Amino acid sequence: MNRVVALRAGPAVAEPMVEVRGLSKVYPGGVEALSDITLNFPKGKLTTLLGPSGCGKTTLLKIVAGLIPASAGEVSVGGRKVTGPGPERAFVFQDFALLPWATVLRNVAFGLELRGTGRWEREATARRHIEEVGLKGFEDAYPHQLSGGMRQRVGLARALAVDAEVLLMDEPFSAVDEQTRRKFQEDLLALVAGKGKTFLFVTHSIEEAVYVSNRIVLLSRRPSRVSEIIEPDIPRDLPPDRIRRHSAYIDTVEEIWQGLKRYLE
Amino acid sequence: MTLFGLRVPMVASLVLWAALWEVVGQAGATILIPPLSHVLVRLVEIVPTESFAEALGLTARAFVLGTGIAVLAGVPLGVLMGRWEPADRLMLPWVNVFVSAPLSALVPVIMALFGFGELTIVLTVVLFAIWIIVLDARAGARAVSPSLSEMAQSYGAGPLQAFAKVYLRAALPEILAGIRLGLVRAVKGVIIGQLLVSVVGFGHMFEIYSSNFLMEHMWALLLVLFALAFAIDGVFARLEKRVEYYAAARQ
Repeated sequence: MNRVVALRAGPAVAEPMVEVRGLSKVYPGGVEALSDITLNFPKGKLTTLLGPSGCGKTTLLKIVAGLIPASAGEVSVGGRKVTGPGPERAFVFQDFALLPWATVLRNVAFGLELRGTGRWEREATARRHIEEVGLKGFEDAYPHQLSGGMRQRVGLARALAVDAEVLLMDEPFSAVDEQTRRKFQEDLLALVAGKGKTFLFVTHSIEEAVYVSNRIVLLSRRPSRVSEIIEPDIPRDLPPDRIRRHSAYIDTVEEIWQGLKRYLE
Repeated sequence: MTLFGLRVPMVASLVLWAALWEVVGQAGATILIPPLSHVLVRLVEIVPTESFAEALGLTARAFVLGTGIAVLAGVPLGVLMGRWEPADRLMLPWVNVFVSAPLSALVPVIMALFGFGELTIVLTVVLFAIWIIVLDARAGARAVSPSLSEMAQSYGAGPLQAFAKVYLRAALPEILAGIRLGLVRAVKGVIIGQLLVSVVGFGHMFEIYSSNFLMEHMWALLLVLFALAFAIDGVFARLEKRVEYYAAARQ
């Protein structure tokens, strides 16, 4: 039922936004995190990196973000080679990474503040995105006054406010409680459908990956290689409860679990 | 505190020691310890004099200037060391040496280089105060969570922006703790500097009093200086408490 695309890059479904070629990463001390990874991330889609814990998913994401250098190979975004962080990419952090001394408004506007956008303009933009993520009324609150889920909404609004074409999300919902996480996943689907942005999403939850992804890249245990690419054949326009009961959803979850099981023990 | 079933207030010990001092003084055991009551009379006598006001002015000026320089140079240096390995490698051995070295021994060197004036005293204050400020700012900068610095980087902050907008603020609790310790050391510096230079300020007054065996005057002056140091520390401790709330909320 699922189209299991051939190993490695596979045929590009859409125009690739992020291209990874022959990427390897060896940490000082000799730990080999990634080994010769070649991947395309199609434009306007959400691609998930999924694999056993400690397999280097986050390492791959941070290399794409330009936060850590690759040992070999290269990454290009929109055809341009990545040499460091850039305005066309925005990162959403697992632990939110909010400034504890700044209000929600300033946190959301922080990316624009760093770019030198004028105060009036950046705050107007920030207010729009605060409303978009459902935090209207909390503009003047401080992070420690918010719940985990609300803090991650601030992190998401900050990434949206800089209007990057590529959103890099590093286990964004893992520090959030289960109910909030489900709501987040539904909101994320709407965001992917409505924005036309390219999403790179890291998670260790199989259900989450199948629920939100257009494309799932399974990584093997360290040193990571691409072991399989799966495109869940689930109609995305169904209501959330129908998706979770759709046979394609259930089958894909099971199939991925069978594939990952061999990496345990 | 309770003693033999009776509640004894905290000031009781102070009163006890003061009484002991008075008794020893009145007994005339040694010329070095005059009775406390006589000292207090001298204190009231000395404080309104012009030479006292002049010495206090000079001390305050040297203290403010010296700590100002120590803070303005020490905090950025400490944060730089905390965030940039080469700077840390280069400076840390020196900072560690100076933070525990007997700095009074260096004052004559400063004196030889910069003469017997106010400049020497200001530099002594800097010398005493700066190292602990550097060390604490460094510790604060190192404690900034990695994801916060990655966040700054990924949203395009250059090194200067990251310093001004993230590291400095994130390290503020440690920086303030360092400044407070630095202030205490600065008080030592400003007094020791004057004692060694001994031709200006309180140092000059001490010199006159001790060479003329004016023990009552000397003790009075000491009491004033102790009280000043205590007050400065107390004021800053209060200031620090007001910032502590977000050190806890930082995680």
